[in-house]
Amino acid sequence: MNAIEFQNVSKQFKNAKTNAINRIDLSIQEGEFITIVGSSGSGKTTLLKMINRLYEADEGKVLLFGEDINKMNIVELRRRIGYVIQQVGLFPHMSVFENVAVLPKLLKWDKSKIEQTVDRLLNLVGLDPIEFKDRFPAQLSGGQQQRVGLARALAGDPKIMLLDEPFGAIDAITRSMLQDEILRIHGGLNKTFIFITHDINEALKLGTRVVIMNEGKIVQVDTPMNIVQHPADEFVSSLLQSAMKQQAFWKFLQ
Amino acid sequence: MIEFIINYQDKWTKALIEHLELVFVSLVISVLIAMILTIISLYSKQFSKLIVYFFSVIYSIPSLALFSLLIPFTGLGKETALIGLIVYSQYILLRNFISGINSIDNSIIESAVGMGLSTLQTFYMIQLPLAKRSIVTGIRLTIISTVGIATIAASINAGGLGTILFDGLRTMNTNKIIWGSVLSAGLALGLNYILSKVEQRI
Repeated sequence: MNAIEFQNVSKQFKNAKTNAINRIDLSIQEGEFITIVGSSGSGKTTLLKMINRLYEADEGKVLLFGEDINKMNIVELRRRIGYVIQQVGLFPHMSVFENVAVLPKLLKWDKSKIEQTVDRLLNLVGLDPIEFKDRFPAQLSGGQQQRVGLARALAGDPKIMLLDEPFGAIDAITRSMLQDEILRIHGGLNKTFIFITHDINEALKLGTRVVIMNEGKIVQVDTPMNIVQHPADEFVSSLLQSAMKQQAFWKFLQ
Repeated sequence: MIEFIINYQDKWTKALIEHLELVFVSLVISVLIAMILTIISLYSKQFSKLIVYFFSVIYSIPSLALFSLLIPFTGLGKETALIGLIVYSQYILLRNFISGINSIDNSIIESAVGMGLSTLQTFYMIQLPLAKRSIVTGIRLTIISTVGIATIAASINAGGLGTILFDGLRTMNTNKIIWGSVLSAGLALGLNYILSKVEQRI
């Protein structure tokens, strides 16, 4: 079954001349790790935010497990979807425990279940619960904050995780570590991950399939290997070349 | 001068209590109304701009004129004074409440909304605690401004420290003029001091 399906979806912002998203069709299967890559303004964040209805589509339909999201209660829809953003957005007046427990508390889980869940999730994202539970966001490094952001997004046990450049503001070493960990997390859970990045290397490393976007349209959707071997057009080629040039530069330095 | 304070103790304590009552009652009602308006404004940016603008216009009307405008509708006395004071308070309260909420980092609100908090849940779980400093500042400024404006309320028979001041002006009694002013200024300064201390603890 398709976890998410875009059917001929378009979106135009007020006062904009062109569509942010132009007639997009895309089917995402349950359990996939989809990475969406494209330059700034290509419409990738807009596409993502239309899944949890932070933006509404002007035309077309978005289906979640076959159900039109516009016919669902918006709050319930969002509680079924984990959402992680680049700026993390932890609640500064709440401890790590309270941040992760926000949704479970609203869902009225009993206390011991909430405590177990928070401990399990903090372990999952590589933070020792005893050490970190009572800390406040300001007392964490950028990487640690994003780990908490991940745990918080996983708290309601969503089937779908939306990740909008989650590692975009994190240093290279930590980022590489977090990339390995998010692959491990995805592997252990039967969840669908949709991950936005502007880094083609990251997109190819993480995605089971990679979606390449340019100017509001999907240019290519395929496995990393197929994309590298058969780029669909000039834009994809130039994206790949930029990554390869970097590699060549590394070889030169060595 | 000191004699006045001793001889007329009954009179000025009564005025002081009346004054505090005006300030306190109008404050409680004002904060309630401002909270409700703030919550409504979460649902509509336009409404939020509109009410702040509306109350800023009212705030610019001199208090004596506003009280006079109300007399045909609500007559002389405490009620009219309270209505005036409440209307004046809205501008300061709303400005501080709304700007406190608007100054919260956007990514925090986006996370809250994105994880499935309703507008009201986002308000009381996230926005209210994070904006509490501006809310307390708004309340402090409102109290100070109300202490001042409530003095004028004596002119429409609402009682308070203004009665001493206006009595003094009418009879050219310097003692009363000075004590009326000193007491209301002292009250404003005293309350400001106490509330600033409270604010610092937050």
